[in-house]
Amino acid sequence: MHHHALYRSMLRIRRIEEALADRYAEQEMRCPMHLCIGQEAIAVGVCAALSASDVMFSNHRAHGHYLAKGGSLNAMVAELYGRSTGCCGGRGGSMHLIDLDVGFMGATPIVAGTVPLAVGAAWAASLKKEKRVSVIFLGDGCFEEGVVHESMNFAALHKLPIVFVCENNEFSVYTHLSERQAKRPIYRIAEAHGLMTQVGNGNDVDEVLTLAKTAVQNAKHGKGPQFMEFSTYRWREHCGPDFDDHLGYRTTQEIEIGLKDCPIAKYEQRLKQSNSLSQADIDKYEVEIREEVIKSFEFALSSPKPTAMDAMERVYA
Amino acid sequence: MHNAGSRDITFAEAVREGLDNAMERDSRVILIGEGVPDPKAIFNTTAGLRNKYGAQRVFDMPLAENGLTGVCIGAALSGMRPVMVHQRIDFALLAIDQLINNAAKWHYMFDGKASVPLVVRVIVGRGWGQGPQHSQSLQAMFSLVPGLKVVMPTTAYDAKGMLLSAIEDDNPVMFIEHRWLHQIKDNVPEESYRVPLDKAKILHEGNKVTVAAFSYMAVESLIAAKGLMAAMGIAVDVLDMRSVSQLDVASVIDSVRKTGRLIVADTAFRTGSIAGELIAKVVEQAMDLLTTKPVRVASPDHPTPTSHFMAEHYYPTPQTIADAVLDMLGADKNSDAYRKLCELLQRDGPHDTPNRSFKGPF
Ligand SMILES: Cc1ncc(C[n+]2csc(CCOP(=O)(O)OP(=O)(O)O)c2C)c(N)n1
Repeated sequence: MHHHALYRSMLRIRRIEEALADRYAEQEMRCPMHLCIGQEAIAVGVCAALSASDVMFSNHRAHGHYLAKGGSLNAMVAELYGRSTGCCGGRGGSMHLIDLDVGFMGATPIVAGTVPLAVGAAWAASLKKEKRVSVIFLGDGCFEEGVVHESMNFAALHKLPIVFVCENNEFSVYTHLSERQAKRPIYRIAEAHGLMTQVGNGNDVDEVLTLAKTAVQNAKHGKGPQFMEFSTYRWREHCGPDFDDHLGYRTTQEIEIGLKDCPIAKYEQRLKQSNSLSQADIDKYEVEIREEVIKSFEFALSSPKPTAMDAMERVYA
Repeated sequence: MHNAGSRDITFAEAVREGLDNAMERDSRVILIGEGVPDPKAIFNTTAGLRNKYGAQRVFDMPLAENGLTGVCIGAALSGMRPVMVHQRIDFALLAIDQLINNAAKWHYMFDGKASVPLVVRVIVGRGWGQGPQHSQSLQAMFSLVPGLKVVMPTTAYDAKGMLLSAIEDDNPVMFIEHRWLHQIKDNVPEESYRVPLDKAKILHEGNKVTVAAFSYMAVESLIAAKGLMAAMGIAVDVLDMRSVSQLDVASVIDSVRKTGRLIVADTAFRTGSIAGELIAKVVEQAMDLLTTKPVRVASPDHPTPTSHFMAEHYYPTPQTIADAVLDMLGADKNSDAYRKLCELLQRDGPHDTPNRSFKGPF
């Protein structure tokens, strides 16, 4: 993928989420919302290595994954506003996203709940002899859930075409990794299950893309399940639009280091230094994105409101 | 009734105090859950306990609900009295194997040779788009398993007293807290006291209809009862059931003996609800006392939608309960008194938050 596309895709996710955060205080997006600001490079780098036919499952912090895979912005914003045009018709909100047109199979907020589903999708692809990979995004917290280990074992046993992408931001809500897991690298767990593993800087989109390309190629060529662990940093509060540094669960120093390692600013600098991105390009992208964002909010706010009658539909297929 | 050494505190504070009392009295009591020592302290129900009792008794938890439930069962079998907490009952679903196959059956299947003194606190979410996976009210599901005790305290007084009883009980107890109760205040003694795990409590007295209610629906039923009295002079009995698995049918029948009419208000889906079970028991034991068919007030049989537009009528309100009472009595709703009742029961603030000060996202 072209450098510009990577840059633009990250910038787009950032601006969309900033707009969501700004407007959350209006109290019209009435659902829990987990922002991925600071973690955009992983979603963008991984998705850049995928084809349209590849599928993906995600979790509570799904906006970036959904958007990078090509999920409809209008349907996402409308979903957050609880409107009929939302991707779940209002049933889900921010924590439940889906766009089957682009292979985004579903995101749900029960930690690790979608991990075996992604393995199942890879299994189906392999049974049907379809050349596609299934991708699952998991936070570091997922490695505490038994179902993740059960899923990896099955994926390895059947050499399934799945790519596990661990976004290690070291926190589950306010609890640091060291209070939840014994001291050992996460990727070694995958290794022990027989997965091919790679480790990288999740705030470097080039690096993410390079690793992801290898993983996707391996998975597509019958080398079995792939695992990538990316380090990254969540900038804002676990759930909600604000910063929560006043709670004191992360040190000021740590936060400063985290915010300095901005995947977008770093990439911008790199591209500018190699003269592959100009300020004019950036300005153009900013304008385009702003317009798209404004339109998506207009779309959401002018969309019909579902009713209690609608809520009764869709219980059974 | 204001006793010496008692004051008004919230349900959340009462839970915290109950834990504190239990840990102070009994060094076998340990506390574990995701976020227990974190800055938000499980909606402030565990605040300060890590400082007071140390990291050897108050634990954060890996995101491993099933495994850690088993670990707590093992610890309980070995002389500890663990209290686990999950921020949503939906997360406890991951632990259902350990809860149902092990905790609930250990005492029975090993001929009473061992028991599992484990308390699992779980919170039922509601509002602000908690949606399909963060707001289920699953008390009936847990109650259908013999060997598990399931309770749903409503008031801060009961929260503390029932938590202390649950911790001292030799059986596994699911202690279900409704998120919208956490901020409600009640008069609570400072010292420890116990409230039984199998008794209903009368919240309001009247002779027209019996309203037996669970958890937050008891709060809503009390509002309805006060409104009915003030606007229409209709007096209903409101029973806060408090226990789910050990239904206090006798107290309900006592009330029905007086009223002849029964409404059961539940926080859960209607079908398979504990409300249905209570009605079945009353009908089995005292059908002759009923002068009209009993009624369930519960949520519709579909998952909770996230959209606040869709969820607007999902939960029964005081108005729903009052209307059920009036319909049962065949009362005239085309009256000034009824219009006054509706005015009284009008909700102050949005339907999807517990109070006006709530600004999301939880
Ligand atoms: C089974 C289950 N347990 C607990 C929770 C509450 N919860 C929601 S997100 C979260 C943190 C998950 O951390 P991680 O997987 O590292 O992802 P991150 O939030 O850092 O992106 C927790 C504990 C949940 N949703 N599901």
